[in-house]
Amino acid sequence: MRPDKINELYFSDVNEPVFYDRRKFLKTLGKGIIVIFSLSELSLLQGWSQTSNSGNELDFNAYIHIKEDGRVNCYTGKIEMGQGIITSLAQVVAEELEVSIQMVDMIMGDTELCPYDAGTWGSLTTRFADPVIRAAAAEARQILLKLASEKLQEPIENLVANNGVIYVQHSETIQITYAELTKGKKIVETLKNKPTIKKSADFEIIGKPIISTDAIAKVTGKAQYSGDIKLPGMVYATVVRPDVFGSKKISVNAAELSIFEGVELVEEGDLVAVLHSNPEVANKAARKVKVVWDAPKAEATDKTIFEHLNNTITDSKLFEEEGDLEAGKKASKTIVEAEYYDGYKAHAPMETHSATCYFEGDKLIMWASTQTPFGLREQLSKELNMALEKVHIKQIFLGGGFGGKIYNQQAIEAAIIAKSCHKPVQLVWSRREEFMYDNFRPAALMKAKAGVDENGKLQLWEFDIYCAGTRGTKLFYEVPNNKTSVFNEKNVSGNSHTNKSNSISVHPFKTGAWRAPGNNSTTFARESHLDVTAFKLGIDPLEFRLNNLKNKDMIATLNLAAETFNWKRAKKEGHGYGIALGEDAGTCVAIIAQVHVDKSTGIVTPIHIVCAQDMGQVVNPHGATVQTEGGVTMGLGYALYEDIEFTGGKLKAKNFNNYTITKFSVTPTITCAFIDKMDSKPQGGGEPAIICVGGAIANAVFDACGARVHQMPVTPERILKEINKVID
Amino acid sequence: MSLNTCIKMKKIVKFKLNNEVITVEVFGDETLLTVIRTYLDKTGTKYGCGIGQCGACTVLINNEATRSCMILVEDVDNKEIITIEGMQLPNGELHPIQKAFVEIDALQCGFCTPGMILNAYGLLLKNPAPTREEVLIGMEENLCRCGSYNRIIDAILNAAKELNEKVKI
Repeated sequence: MRPDKINELYFSDVNEPVFYDRRKFLKTLGKGIIVIFSLSELSLLQGWSQTSNSGNELDFNAYIHIKEDGRVNCYTGKIEMGQGIITSLAQVVAEELEVSIQMVDMIMGDTELCPYDAGTWGSLTTRFADPVIRAAAAEARQILLKLASEKLQEPIENLVANNGVIYVQHSETIQITYAELTKGKKIVETLKNKPTIKKSADFEIIGKPIISTDAIAKVTGKAQYSGDIKLPGMVYATVVRPDVFGSKKISVNAAELSIFEGVELVEEGDLVAVLHSNPEVANKAARKVKVVWDAPKAEATDKTIFEHLNNTITDSKLFEEEGDLEAGKKASKTIVEAEYYDGYKAHAPMETHSATCYFEGDKLIMWASTQTPFGLREQLSKELNMALEKVHIKQIFLGGGFGGKIYNQQAIEAAIIAKSCHKPVQLVWSRREEFMYDNFRPAALMKAKAGVDENGKLQLWEFDIYCAGTRGTKLFYEVPNNKTSVFNEKNVSGNSHTNKSNSISVHPFKTGAWRAPGNNSTTFARESHLDVTAFKLGIDPLEFRLNNLKNKDMIATLNLAAETFNWKRAKKEGHGYGIALGEDAGTCVAIIAQVHVDKSTGIVTPIHIVCAQDMGQVVNPHGATVQTEGGVTMGLGYALYEDIEFTGGKLKAKNFNNYTITKFSVTPTITCAFIDKMDSKPQGGGEPAIICVGGAIANAVFDACGARVHQMPVTPERILKEINKVID
Repeated sequence: MSLNTCIKMKKIVKFKLNNEVITVEVFGDETLLTVIRTYLDKTGTKYGCGIGQCGACTVLINNEATRSCMILVEDVDNKEIITIEGMQLPNGELHPIQKAFVEIDALQCGFCTPGMILNAYGLLLKNPAPTREEVLIGMEENLCRCGSYNRIIDAILNAAKELNEKVKI
């Protein structure tokens, strides 16, 4: 179930990088040792391209610079948005280079300093950037050892590198520091062969819990986000928005702006913005601009959307098929069929989309909350008709992303405004704009059919997916006859983000990648349906799964979860336990949830959640734990209360008072367990945990009160409706 | 909004910000958040929702945790305000709450963190030895999308312990 390509790519397919004016680029760096590493083959990964196709990019993935003072700069096009790679990547550099982590500075996401990167998404950093950076660091260590060998007149075998110093074994007084070795030199090496990397038994930093290196900047308020940049002469922009998503501008009446001093109006196509050196004046003035909008007709509401999707999307594509469904039906004693639904979810990062930018001559310089700095550079170059090298996106922290900050609308708006007004511009979206222009996780519909023989073995599995894509749906249960289809309109590659019918979206607003795209919806459907089936047969859900799994890693992960949770322990009145399994980004996940359901109100209280994962090598167990806790906590939102209510392009959610995310009081105790695999490849860690929350919660709710809710979020209303059905 | 507000004369508001006396020329109806961030360049305090629903803009006003996006600057005249920039001890060391957040890694993207720390500070000033449940209730209206809630509670309890030990000495 792990894509073979990922395994093949690990420390292989190292190509000689071919790139645009490397010499000129490297000249900008000071003296020292520079190691460049490229995995061009990564571009062959479908949809996960990590290198640019354009041919004139700096075509390497990462590089390390050991400076004359012995400090180490590690450059990567990835960005830090809370997922902790600023720490885990530095950890890997420090480990292989034999320096303390405090000696490593991460330079991230700057389009002029860092090598090209397609974007920070898909839990790819640790899987791809990590091995690359690790190899570059290992190579740098070899270069330093070689230099030391010449200088100290000792064969390399006799030398030991430790904490930025190379010394002669058994006579430690003969030593030389990295700083002394790099002083006055400029050595540029391109990694051509797989370097010797350290074995897990020798790890001193990888695998050790390390506190985030950016924590101090974040607790002191010094960490800067895109809206914290202040430029001389800067104006704040407020964009005038319609009430309905997708509205086109008909006319603008800005007559009332004359009462404000120093206000400027920008009109570029459908974009109408008011500017002022004081953000509050810009806001107030924007409210005085009267725009007549042509709003699109509402085709669906949150109540009718599933019917709408079912009726609108008719074409399907086969994703996976095995055996013969008819034979499966014959072999089954019991066949269970049901539909599952998932509503739209917002990303709702705490930092709204922000951008600050200015022109220096004909060059645009920008700080933006984006998961795709290089993608943004391309967007801006196209949108403003500028050469790529005339756009510079700079490093900055992001206040959360979760897949929502890869589209960059705010940054394009800011650049258009700056170009029009000839002043530095800051655009920070209001919370209302953040909801309205979010690329929501799409509403999804799943139809599942399971058939089981007299031995409790699955013989049939049929799965039709609408608008949730196929990520994580490669079947890891052993079912001889199975078929998974993904329903999309023609000419659309069945991705999970957008579902377009003749290039018009079937959704009333923008949809996109939401932490583990699609996998939350499909895992909820599959794992709910397995429980429905097991219950019908009177089989324990844990036993039913173990009896039908073929994947050894998944079995081990489920067993680890069951042991950690103590599945067999007695339940208190009103409490229920629920399991869900899933696969995402190469990681096996098993969640077991304990909830309490108040049968009179339908209110669910999560009590305890165990999340076991096989994520291969765990580079930073502490960071992996924090990511898992975060995924589980965020996941409770989509499982229990997050839902976008709408009529066509008109959203009810305008702020946190009508879109509830997880709060302190709902967060249960969370226990994380990892399969110990220090010598294997690292797999994804940022997304996987979240995929199983919905299924585990829905199953635990059923176990607690007998209400089988087929639609997320599993709200009190839906629970009470099911409880009343059971009573009727 | 009346025409009046737009051409209103500016006035001077005076308050203490992180122990420093500040006089600032304002219209009066700006939010404290705008004044802190835009006029005074203290950007550690964040905008999250603008209607007091998320807590990212929390500051202390006369030792009371307050949403700065919901307070007009004219209402803080002569008051004492503490923001995240004023949390460090005079010797530059981290405040025990900040230290506890770092040690437990009670943060991810860090955007809600200043508001969390200030809200926690307000809570501990009122109730120096809270129970876990009291911390949870006191922090309930601060949002963290990354999901660091459990760690934040642990950090606040640890900080309370350290602060109380210091008092005893």
